[in-house]
Amino acid sequence: MTDTFVPPTRFAVPGRIAVSNRAAATWQTATLTEIRRETPGAVTFRFAVPEWSGHLPGQHLMLRLTAEDGYVAQRHYSLASPPDDTAHIELTLDHVEGGEVSGWFHTVARPGDSVEVRGPLSGFFAWPGDRPALLVGAGSGVVPLMSMLRHHRARALDVPLRLLVSARGPEELIYAREYGAETTPVFTRTAPEGMAVGRLAAAHLAPLLAERPPGGWEAYVCGSNGFAEHASRLLVEAGQPVDRIRIERFG
Amino acid sequence: MNVTRAFTGRPRVDHAQLPPGQYDAGDDWPVLSAEVTPDLAPADWTFRIDGLVAEPRTWNWEQAHALPASAYEGDIHCVTSWSKFGVRFGGVRLDAFLDAVRPDASATHVVAYSHTGYTTNLPLADITGGRAWIVWEYEGKPLPAEHGGPARLIVPHLYFWKSAKWIAGLRLLDHDEPGFWEQNGYHARGNPWEEQRYSGD
Ligand SMILES: Cc1cc2nc3c(=O)[nH]c(=O)nc-3n(C[C@H](O)[C@H](O)[C@H](O)COP(=O)(O)OP(=O)(O)OC[C@H]3O[C@@H](n4cnc5c(N)ncnc54)[C@H](O)[C@@H]3O)c2cc1C
Repeated sequence: MTDTFVPPTRFAVPGRIAVSNRAAATWQTATLTEIRRETPGAVTFRFAVPEWSGHLPGQHLMLRLTAEDGYVAQRHYSLASPPDDTAHIELTLDHVEGGEVSGWFHTVARPGDSVEVRGPLSGFFAWPGDRPALLVGAGSGVVPLMSMLRHHRARALDVPLRLLVSARGPEELIYAREYGAETTPVFTRTAPEGMAVGRLAAAHLAPLLAERPPGGWEAYVCGSNGFAEHASRLLVEAGQPVDRIRIERFG
Repeated sequence: MNVTRAFTGRPRVDHAQLPPGQYDAGDDWPVLSAEVTPDLAPADWTFRIDGLVAEPRTWNWEQAHALPASAYEGDIHCVTSWSKFGVRFGGVRLDAFLDAVRPDASATHVVAYSHTGYTTNLPLADITGGRAWIVWEYEGKPLPAEHGGPARLIVPHLYFWKSAKWIAGLRLLDHDEPGFWEQNGYHARGNPWEEQRYSGD
């Protein structure tokens, strides 16, 4: 018997990019320049970060708020903006009921305020724009996927990209005006006339998986843990290899 | 200090057990893993220790359960900033497994790997001397699959990404070898009290 063990499933997916340790370790000041409402529950915050070293779509950062007495609250947020948006970044935050950080953003923050960020972080969920991308998100889980879609558009990339995005209803669909033919919305509670209501199902995935682009899809799933479990299971059952599924869970 | 205008934070008690930059998640236990939750039955679970040891060995579910039971009761800390107080895990101390394979004197580090292929590196000194466990129970019930069940490693004094879910084995090495998150920019050791979150901290 050999001394080495080969895991039965091969998730050992490499990160997509090398992460800059210096950028990840340094806190920088981010100044709020613009606030845009997306839906009744979600708002986009645009920041100037003069020393931002750039990022790839799918990466996130750590953000911290500091109180007078030195207390800090820090949370992770995905980058919504594409990499080419020089020296500016955008985040989109859900208003979490009773939330410490999202609550400050939604009720207090105004242009000119500054917060601290460090990043970009993690090379795993990043998509450099090289492989066919099948994106599946729900709620604010669409944020890192939108960075990918915007990157795809801005660079006019040829590589196939498809987005399945789940929301409770049309009014809660974040970035609704920006979607094109690459996007299939799934509405779980209310839908426009003539559209079905119901949660993401195998039938939504089947036509996308049937496209079989050269090299196969790299699947990116993002949302709450419940959604991530449901969507990743559907993908596996539909034949997507486990080592070609990357998951970002918001907790 | 860079004070945020009109940010006071939530009313709080000063918690001596809360490492810097962490918050108390209360009853929540967020799930954070980058891979598909594997469908792994206890009967199919195995745990192996190899590398720089006198006698490499693989345990199955029954063999692992035959080792002396040990529980961890205390706190856990995730790099995404939540901490959870007073949780109880039941399983076996890692020392019980390591004693059986007799590590070489030259072994300094381990790579822990899971049944999904996830890896994480640890200094050997961080997982010996009663500081790490293989656990299959959480609060007296079977450990849920999304939290690493049927069995996971726990190394509670380090950030929780070191506590590999769906643990499949340890390889003992005479050098440090970055694992999955460590290759993705996270710190090699991950001590919450020193806020070792990302490489460079
Ligand atoms: C990699 C990653 C990327 C993410 N990206 C995004 C993103 O792009 N957009 C986004 O919106 N979110 C994102 N999140 C989630 C985000 O990090 C936060 O978890 C979220 O914004 C909630 O933080 P909060 O401070 O507002 O709420 P918290 O204060 O953390 O509260 C969360 C919940 O716990 C309850 N709670 C906790 N403690 C108490 C207490 N003491 N008393 C009363 N209630 C309490 C709150 O009521 C609330 O329901 C991401 C998470 C991760 C890990």
